[in-house]
Amino acid sequence: MQRHLISAADLTRDDAVLILDTAEEMARVADRPIKKLPTLRGRTVVNLFFEDSTRTRISFEAAEKRLSADVINFTAKGSSVSKGESLKDTAQTLEAMGVDAVVIRHGASGAPYRLATSGWIDAHVINAGDGTHQHPTQALLDAFTMRRRLVGRDAGLGQDLSGRRITIVGDVLHSRVARSNVDLLHTLGAEVTLVAPPTLLPVGVGSWPCEVSYDLDSTLTKSDAVMMLRVQRERMNAAFFPTEREYSRRYGLDGERMARMPGHAIVMHPGPMVRGMEITADVADSDRCTVIEQVTNGVSIRMAVLYLLLGGNEPAVTHARTTEEK
Amino acid sequence: MSKILIRGAKVLGGEPRDVLIDGGTITQVGTGLSGEGAEVVEAAGRVLLPGLVDLHTHLREPGREDSETVLTGTRAAASGGYTNVFAMANTFPVADTAGVVEQVWRLGQESGYCDVQPIGAVTVGLEGRKLAELGAMHESAAGVTVFSDDGKCVHDAVIMRRALEYVKAFGGVVAQHAQEPRLTEGAEMNEGVVSAQLGLGGWPAVAEESVIARDVLLAEHVGSRVHICHLSTAGSVEIVRWAKSRGIDVTAEVTPHHLLLTDELVRTYNPVYKVNPPLRTERDVMALREALADGTIDIVATDHAPHPHEDKDCEWAAAAMGMVGLETALSVVQETMVDTGLLDWAGVADRMSFEPARIGRATGHGRPVSAGEPANLTLVDTAYRGLVDPAGFASRSRNTPYEGRELPGRVTHTWLRGKATLVDGKLT
Repeated sequence: MQRHLISAADLTRDDAVLILDTAEEMARVADRPIKKLPTLRGRTVVNLFFEDSTRTRISFEAAEKRLSADVINFTAKGSSVSKGESLKDTAQTLEAMGVDAVVIRHGASGAPYRLATSGWIDAHVINAGDGTHQHPTQALLDAFTMRRRLVGRDAGLGQDLSGRRITIVGDVLHSRVARSNVDLLHTLGAEVTLVAPPTLLPVGVGSWPCEVSYDLDSTLTKSDAVMMLRVQRERMNAAFFPTEREYSRRYGLDGERMARMPGHAIVMHPGPMVRGMEITADVADSDRCTVIEQVTNGVSIRMAVLYLLLGGNEPAVTHARTTEEK
Repeated sequence: MSKILIRGAKVLGGEPRDVLIDGGTITQVGTGLSGEGAEVVEAAGRVLLPGLVDLHTHLREPGREDSETVLTGTRAAASGGYTNVFAMANTFPVADTAGVVEQVWRLGQESGYCDVQPIGAVTVGLEGRKLAELGAMHESAAGVTVFSDDGKCVHDAVIMRRALEYVKAFGGVVAQHAQEPRLTEGAEMNEGVVSAQLGLGGWPAVAEESVIARDVLLAEHVGSRVHICHLSTAGSVEIVRWAKSRGIDVTAEVTPHHLLLTDELVRTYNPVYKVNPPLRTERDVMALREALADGTIDIVATDHAPHPHEDKDCEWAAAAMGMVGLETALSVVQETMVDTGLLDWAGVADRMSFEPARIGRATGHGRPVSAGEPANLTLVDTAYRGLVDPAGFASRSRNTPYEGRELPGRVTHTWLRGKATLVDGKLT
């Protein structure tokens, strides 16, 4: 494993399968009466959130606590960041307090990459979503959910997603979830199709390792999983599509459309859902929809990533930068 | 001021000649000239060029003296072989009045390293709504002839038309920063394969090309000349080529960085590569080189844009746009144009001295290396190769994209009206 997790594209097939398999082990912890492992005892992890994201932050926090790490939560709002402090100074300040890993969510694409590669800090960096770039742990939990549902919990161990047909629908242009999923699913051998109105696909999407379609109905019948992306209503004001209703009619998933999917096929959503926009309530609440499972699996995946990145099986060490007197 | 004999230099890359300077003037060009009573500069193997002229420099003074001043900027210019730079108007306050342009002009005179010709803003405060007092800036001591809202586009077609027309009265020219504002809202890098992967806001080529197309047609309609700043796309080249074939009085510039670098570098998310217009693709780079060679693009202009360290030592979105360029321009041109066989040194003199001086109506610059001409000269060791080390820059800023890159050529001497501003690579 590498020192950091910045992009799903950085993972090899074996790295990814190892994370998925480790997450299965982590999931068993949740079934115990005491949902805790001592592996990161004495390690400090900071959740550095420059963007509001309660669900991702809580998921990481749960994972960190189940591994017995000391957790610091930092949100930009009301902190020195809102007074103009730079990312570099914020990160260095936190590291000076003896942080072993930084989980970062940032509105600027590439911010975690800069943090990991600019020599600002020595800590491990885990990308919890950057701009419209990447959200690798989301892709991993999605792949984990697909493998469980489409291959099987035990049968899936050691396996990838070869030959599975995954359709991702919605605002691909602004979606870090879509980018991460395309990269990871391709690495895991799945066949990915993106479905969106042409306005919500980036120029240059033709170079991605996937198919692109403007027509949802023709792809539904040949999908093993359909992942609906959130579409912000405000996009309408920038002329990405004419009206909310037109978007729903052409690209929303309702019960009728879901009925045309193969019997084993699942419906996924990274949340938060906009009911009535990209997904109707009956689909969201059906047993084919894995949105709640995805949340549960997110904790297992993040435990696995933290465990593997921080070498949870090795003794805790104090790293150089914080012991040096400067 | 004493006599100087430059001995055995390849004038414009041609046969070795001796060049004798007396006072501020070249008095003799020949062979076997006597060095008696003169300081002799042995220049065998080196190339002697007319002092370089940069039509597009940001000196930042007044207002952002933390990134550059007229003094540090002109020292950087002399280091790079320049004897005349045109200072862009986007200072604080904006150079949109006779008072501000005269201040910049006077600071240039005082520096003594390089002549500074201020550029005046086209519109008040660069806001694109109301014409600045263009005539007053022209009639001021600064004698402004080039007008530009650079950094911003004169996007209103009527304002652009009026500006093009108005400056005809005194032989001025509008230098357009071609960037359609609506198409570039939230734009952070070239829109294409790389931006799609990196999740950075796309800056489409059409945002530049559509404005250039409009402006050459406006220039044709009102019978004015127009200058296009920093062409960055293959499509822009095609439009300028077409306009020239129609006889439209358009000139165009390209920066050194657009001749060398591509948007692949943005994969590092290192903001040192963040620049306006953005780095484009390999195909664009090749089209720009070809256009500079065949004269479709008239000149190289640096768009020297100094920024303090903290404005680049951050995440991409928060970073300022721009790169310093005065001290590396000639090396990049040698690397991309001369060493590739696209342009000879006479061509470099044309693109980096004669033509920019002609477009900017500079007096005493961009003149031939011959007897009777002002002694504005640059001596280049073209055999040199070395790594770019920003620690050695004369500029106050270090935001170069070439740090650690090996580049050819080194300016050893610069003379401004016979006075050495750079000797053996060191500022005087």
